[in-house]
Amino acid sequence: MQNKPKIAFFDFAGCEGDQLQVANLEESLLDLLGHVEVVSFREVMTGHSEDYDIAFVEGSITRPEDEARLKEIRSHAKILVAFGACATIGGVNAMKNFMSETMYRRQVYGDNARCYSTYAARPLSAVVKVDAEIHGCPIDRNEFMRIVKDLLVGKRPFVPDYPVCAECKQAGNICRYDLGQLCLGMITRAGCGACCITEGAHCWGCRGLAPMANLDAARYVMEERAGYSRTEVQDLLRIFLSHTTAPL
Amino acid sequence: MSAKKVTGNAGGKAGKKSSGGSAAPAQDTKASGKPASGVAAEAAMQRGGSAGPKPMKAAGSGAPVSSCACTDPGIAAEAAAGDGSKRIHVHHVTRVEGHGNIVVVIGADNAVETVRWEVPEAPRFFEAILQGRSYKDVHQIVSRICGICSIGHQLSSLQATEDAMNIRISEQTVTLRKLAIHAENLQSHLLHLAYLVLPDLMGVNSVIPLAETHKSELVGLIGLRRLANEFSRTICGRTTHPQRMVPGGFTKLPDESELQVLLQSFRDSLPGFLKAADLFASLRHKLPDFSRETEYIGLVSPSEYALYRGEVGSTDDSRKPASFYKDVTQEYCVPQSTAKWTKNMRGSFMVGALSRYKLNHTHLKPTAKKVAETVGLTPDTVNPFHNNLAQLVECVHSVEDSMELIHWLLVEGVKREKAPVIRPRAGRGVGAVEVPRGILFHSYEYDSKGRIVEADCVIPTNMNHANIQKDLEGLVPVIAHTSEAEIELLTSMLVRAYDPCISCSTHCIDITPGQMSKPDRGVRFVYKGR
Repeated sequence: MQNKPKIAFFDFAGCEGDQLQVANLEESLLDLLGHVEVVSFREVMTGHSEDYDIAFVEGSITRPEDEARLKEIRSHAKILVAFGACATIGGVNAMKNFMSETMYRRQVYGDNARCYSTYAARPLSAVVKVDAEIHGCPIDRNEFMRIVKDLLVGKRPFVPDYPVCAECKQAGNICRYDLGQLCLGMITRAGCGACCITEGAHCWGCRGLAPMANLDAARYVMEERAGYSRTEVQDLLRIFLSHTTAPL
Repeated sequence: MSAKKVTGNAGGKAGKKSSGGSAAPAQDTKASGKPASGVAAEAAMQRGGSAGPKPMKAAGSGAPVSSCACTDPGIAAEAAAGDGSKRIHVHHVTRVEGHGNIVVVIGADNAVETVRWEVPEAPRFFEAILQGRSYKDVHQIVSRICGICSIGHQLSSLQATEDAMNIRISEQTVTLRKLAIHAENLQSHLLHLAYLVLPDLMGVNSVIPLAETHKSELVGLIGLRRLANEFSRTICGRTTHPQRMVPGGFTKLPDESELQVLLQSFRDSLPGFLKAADLFASLRHKLPDFSRETEYIGLVSPSEYALYRGEVGSTDDSRKPASFYKDVTQEYCVPQSTAKWTKNMRGSFMVGALSRYKLNHTHLKPTAKKVAETVGLTPDTVNPFHNNLAQLVECVHSVEDSMELIHWLLVEGVKREKAPVIRPRAGRGVGAVEVPRGILFHSYEYDSKGRIVEADCVIPTNMNHANIQKDLEGLVPVIAHTSEAEIELLTSMLVRAYDPCISCSTHCIDITPGQMSKPDRGVRFVYKGR
């Protein structure tokens, strides 16, 4: 167990589905364990240590006191990786940012509306410096493995900067707009192989905006060409892209 | 592993562990406020009678396993060293989904002062963010409530939507959905048994050391999990947050060739399950011999082991349709806990694999019945630890039932169906599905445009919180004389036996003792059993 890089997993507000995806690596996980030492992974192991090189953090920051814990993790970790849409772009947790805080508190807690601390949900990068991101909701297991390998050999992990449409064409799908459906593939970062569209759904935008996404053109396509109302477009954008507040 | 060994001396001085734990202990939304009153303890002590716990053997062998859970430094410092009192504070129980704490305080004469099960999960306000959302997106949003039970959340949500808008679904869709439930059950149960429970039974901290010591058993279980993941992918498109299910049916269907392959792999997997059954049968003596009678609730059906469709049945009560879910899951407040608990006929009830087994065991498939015999599971058991065994039995049942369903699909032929025309209309609908941890209700009210006016999700783990608390109250007095490490291990094992999924569990509410909260428009979310 000497000189293996130590890795740790942490979670904030999220569904822990991304840690589950890591557990779902099955045999590959055992292979990975030959090269790293997992010192903290609450969902699947008992044991904890403050001494780790790479921290994988899942979930959004939704409470002021979460910030302290995240900064603490940041101070221990040489590399901090945000994984999963909640951690990278705020995920569905950020949907509440468009509601009045008083309203959702009252709805949920009734008379105890002030009992809990909560504030607008935000991705990790809004609080600390994030060294690498593994996108998606849930993350893709193979992409996780690839990025971990890159980090272990000291490479900067490659994440596509082109939109999902490129991969969707490669997958041989019929464009959702031709089928009369709304889709966010043209502004969303690729890397998933257009999996949702291939499986018969449309792109939800869970990997965040592609860095050079042409939002003006997207708006023109969605509203002028395809004839969707502003409300429909905004509804879809506010599932995953709430925090990016794309000016559509 | 870097975790330290704990040497639990029977006199148990506190402050024994120095593992770090979470970086921000005592930061949990005003968790661990005041120590609870002794009510819980007294109740537990008085309940010596018929329902009282039997003397139980100490579980585990050899050195007690060290725990990662950090001892809250504050609590540890309070403990008077040397007077023989014990304080156990398990901060964030490990190997469960989500965050929960166990607090136990035992006086010098082994009298239990406090037993508390806390849930300090960060609130996410799901029911609030659903407001105004279109029926097309709702099931994908609620899927994100939980990564492990995402299929169950989607199905319950789709049922509620279809109920509200009167959407008819075909026999083929029902069959595929039943397969989806089986896939999730297999995934979740195998994860729980292999990764979360087995380490306790083997006396190690995690599944990682088992890769060296029990490689063949572990590889067998991992192979079964891979099959479960592949199953889920084939039916619904992904292992977590699947994409194919929409109101009215599936957007993409599995190929017949894929189903053939799946059918064959299920046939090949049965020996593996029997091996797993032998493994758990050999470890059965490690499960504490603890019993406490309670009410068991789950879906029931006259024709099958109900998972996707059925009425709400109970061991103490008459059957009710799912739309009466609020009568079954009455939420109430108790002075010694700030969690809202649910009750039906008694002070608490249990949902999950054990409940389903007790209510539906006559409908189990033959091999599953054989496995139940192998692991020594009987329908009259009232030991919560046996939930683990019931999960294994359910895995085998799921495989057998899936083989029949797939066979039916292959005989009928998988047909592309026309999607039903959905005309949004105002109305209410309720969905009820048995997910790995128990019965899951989703209830929605829609407006005429097909947008949510009000949403209510009642989650199985939440129904179990009260039962976990009561079980802890029953268990701790019995083991009060043992070392702190032993108490910590056994209480953690009890919580793990329920396979709680705390990310999901909504509808706990923080109230100050004595103040009853008024339900506010039926949407109460979240978190924390004090």
